Parts: sequence; C-alpha cells; structure tokens
Amino acid sequence: MHLNRIDGLLVGSPDAVRVPLIGQALCAGFPSPADDFLEGALELPRWLVPNPPATFLWRISGSSMEGAGIYDRDLACVDRSLKAGHGSIVVAAIDGQMSCKRLVIDGNVARLAFCNPDLPAFAVDELGEGVIWGVVRFSIRWHVARGQRA
Amino acid sequence: MPEARQRDRIDRGRAVALIDGNSFYCSCERVFDPRLATVPVIVLSNNDGCAIARTSEAKALGIRMGDPYFKIRDLCRARGVRVFSSNYTLYGDMSGRTNTVYRQFSPQVEIYSIDESFLNLSDVAPGLRVELARDLRATVRAWTGIPTCVGIGPTKTLAKLANHIAKTVPVLGGVCDLTDPAAYTHWLCRIDVAEVWGIGRASLAKLQAMGVESVADLRDLDPRPVRKSLTVVGERIIYELRGAACLPLELVPARRKGCAVTRSFSSRITERAVLEEAVAAHATRLGEKLRREGLGTDHVTVFYHTSEHDRDEPMRSVSTTVQLPEHSSDTLALIKAARHGVARTWREPGERPWRYSKAGIVTNDLVPLSHSPRALIGALDRERSGPLMAAIDACNARWGRGAVVPARAGLVNRRDWNTKFEMRTPRYTTRVGELPVAHA
Repeated sequence: MHLNRIDGLLVGSPDAVRVPLIGQALCAGFPSPADDFLEGALELPRWLVPNPPATFLWRISGSSMEGAGIYDRDLACVDRSLKAGHGSIVVAAIDGQMSCKRLVIDGNVARLAFCNPDLPAFAVDELGEGVIWGVVRFSIRWHVARGQRA
Repeated sequence: MPEARQRDRIDRGRAVALIDGNSFYCSCERVFDPRLATVPVIVLSNNDGCAIARTSEAKALGIRMGDPYFKIRDLCRARGVRVFSSNYTLYGDMSGRTNTVYRQFSPQVEIYSIDESFLNLSDVAPGLRVELARDLRATVRAWTGIPTCVGIGPTKTLAKLANHIAKTVPVLGGVCDLTDPAAYTHWLCRIDVAEVWGIGRASLAKLQAMGVESVADLRDLDPRPVRKSLTVVGERIIYELRGAACLPLELVPARRKGCAVTRSFSSRITERAVLEEAVAAHATRLGEKLRREGLGTDHVTVFYHTSEHDRDEPMRSVSTTVQLPEHSSDTLALIKAARHGVARTWREPGERPWRYSKAGIVTNDLVPLSHSPRALIGALDRERSGPLMAAIDACNARWGRGAVVPARAGLVNRRDWNTKFEMRTPRYTTRVGELPVAHA
C-alpha cells in the first residue's frame, strides 16, 4: 500500500497527487453498518497533510484570533499528532466549548491567549489537563466574496 | 493428545492482538463535543429504535444493549443521558482513521468489524508486546481521540478473550497479554466459559451440564468427543484455547457471495407508489455496491412485509425472485426487475390495508462481471450502460451520495419512508458544510 503511494508520486507530478484523508475499509468479519453511509473524505493535498488519520478540519467562528491571521469563517486544519508548545495555535475545550487560542507557556504555567489587541491578554489562566484538542497546522481563508465561494 | 501438543509447539511465538474502540460510537460522538466527556451517552440503531452503544456511565444506569428507546426515554430524560441517532458516516470515517494508525504498528491488519481489528504481532519479541500495545493505545487516543483496549494471544480466540479481560479489569490499563505464560495460567481458570468467543447460549447449557465452568475447564476437555455435542466449531475453540491457531488472519476480505439491501420504513406504508419507489431506491443502492466490486447478478429477490408488532392488523409477507436475462450491475436493469417483482405480487388493499414496515432486495451467487457468460438472447446493452453507470457513480462520489439518482428511486431528501436519524450529529469529518466549530 505504501509502495503504491510512492509509485504514484514518482509517476505523476507531485502537485497533482491527492490523497484522500482516509481510506474506506471493507470488514472481513461483520459487514459494516456504516457501509451505506460512507462518504469520500475531504481531500487535501498530501504535502499539506503529513498525517491524515490525525488531521481534522474545523470551522472558525469569531474574531479573537485575527492577530494570528485567522478570521471569522476560516477553516483550520488541526493535527492531533503535533505536540503543542509555547506559541502554538490550538483548538482546546474551554468550559465545554471548543475554542481556537494561542498557547502561552511561562515557566511551568500554561495559559490560553487571545490574539486580538481589542481583547484582554488571556482567555484561560492555568490550563488544566487534557483540554488541548489539537494543534492548528494551517488555516484556509477565502479571498473572494462569499457568494462566489465554491 | 499428542496431535494437540504438536500443534502447540508449531504455533509457539505466534501473537495476534485484538484492538477495539471502547463504546466506539459513543466515543466518536465525544471526540467532537467536550460536554459529553463525563455524562452518560447512548447511540440508537436505525429509526432510533434501540440502544446499540452505551458509555460506562450509561451502563451504570442499567441501560442494556438493545433496550428499545421508548422504554428508556423517561430514564434518559430524568438522568441526563445524551441520546444520539447513529451517525454512520462519522463512525465509518473514524474507523478508517483508527485502522490507518494500526497499520503503522503492524503491516498485517484484519478489519474484523467497524470497531474491531486483529493485528499480527508475531514479529514483536514477547517481552515488548505489552509495551507496543500501550504505545498503540496512546497513539490512537492522541491522534483520533478514540479510547481502545488491546488483547494479545497466540490465537484469535485467546486475543478476543484477552481483550475482554483488558476491558473488565481496570488495573491492567487496557492491555492484557495471554502470550505471557504466567498471565495465561492466571486468567484462564478465573474467567467464566460464557465469555469465550463463539460459545452461544445453547453450547453454554451443554458445557455447564458437563461441569465446565471456567475457560480452563473448556480448554482441558478432550476435543474429539466434544465434536459430537458442540460440533466442529466447539472442537476448534478448544484447540484455539490451547494456543493452536485454527483461524488465520483474513487480510483481504473474501469476495462477496451475496448482497442485500433492506430497510425498515420510518413509518408504515400502504401505497404501491411508495413501495415501488423504495424498492427502486434499494435496487439503486444494490447496483452501486455491485459495481464497486465489479460483480454482477442474474436475479433479484424482492421482499416486503408488515410488522410482527402489528399482530392485530392484516399481516402479509411477500418474497419473489425475478430473473434477469444475464448477469448485470446496471441500476436501470435492477430497478426494472425490482419493480416487476412488486407488480407481480402487489395486492390492492381492502377495507383494512396492509401496512408494510420493511422492504428489501437480496441477491445470491454474485459473479465477477468481467468473466460472466453473455446471454445469446436478450443480452443487456453493457456497452452503453457501463459508461452511464460509471458517470453516475463519479457524480455521486464527487457531489455526495444521492446527487444523481434514477427518477424511479425518488430524490433522496424527498423520500419520506427513509430510515430516520432524528438526533444525528453533524457529519463532522466528511462534509465542508458540517465541520465542527471552534470559537475564536
């Protein structure tokens, strides 16, 4: 399977290679109840997504991350296999709600910060455990009017 | 049992792991909604009928597998149980992700069901298997958010048993390795024989009558006489429990021999037009499934019936087989045959109409279309229909299932009879319009 992928890369131009985020699987034992509902995964070019099984797309809602270049309605490509460090843009659970924030680590204190000069510095002081959902690898922004969006 | 001992020796060193997702459907829901992390969650079957997945919190409230929702609705409301319809699109995608992670740990993976896979770990040194399993669990949890348990054994039956132990004994941290002789000796005499994979209720009664209580008791039975009462399956289980593998890993799923598309209606139907639309839709789906695997059929069996729950109403169950001129996977040919099946069996209702609850289409004896014989008389026009079907499949792959359907099958979102999923969460991972939202 991996060999095929490399073959594909060698034959075609690398720009044209598109790998679905995830493949569909046939079960050997039980027929999958999901069989009638499988859909093609959202396709992203492989060179942007080094680890497909850990990669998820999120929709951003709100303006608190504009300082990081992430605007309302942008898409965030979140990689759960990346380790969050100081300065990482992360998706995290805050009071039962998923939020996009910047991780700030100061000594042994981790905090979540807004990236907007109009807002206070920190959204969350003293981060608890296990609240970080994943690290934003890149974001996608449309530069045409909404109506023209495909 | 010299033969058995010999096989024991042959299989020494073999290790199979069974990894499965804990309350898999519920865990998929929890990945995208942090509010579900600590509350009881259940997922319902098609048409929101019964509970088919429960978190440990829901189990603790006494909700059992298969409980009809109408019976537990009040309990769920009172105890704050979050209830969801099956989101099979999401579960299928998450299942694919977990299996992609498994393949990084073992090149030989058998996907057994949507949430269970067997991995070949024979090449991993015995002392390192538990460590590898812990690493696998942690990686799957980190990358996909799905919690899992891993059971390791010299055979599939022992791996399945080890998985059960890993699930029920918290101190093991989600991993149990029965290729370790000490663990094997320790656990087999402590686990009830009822937990063995493949021991059904009937076999269990017979075993109990024979005084078999623990898994070790079953293992130590003489397999030959057992064959008489428990069939060859029982004999095989005994060998598997002794560490002699009888069930190989199935790395490539066997070619499909038959195919069925059956659905319960969301509510009872009485009109012929609706039934015809439903069987046409089922035939459409059948065609898609056959074409995906390059198979064809030369007949379809159409069935529809009233519900066994409607005992005091007129009851009717119909099944008829319609022959096609030759093997085909052409949706239009399948629809024609399916509608013919309805036309042939439809009875105009009298004063009290039959209220049908389910319809389906079944085929057996599928053959690869590339080498099926062509009919001399009445051959279907494969040369024309092939490209048409390919075009329809391509459209549906690109714009989503049901983007292009034959008119006979009705537009997908106008099919009132379609299976209900009223409490389904968004298809978070496959639809741009349904992505999870992060507030910024």
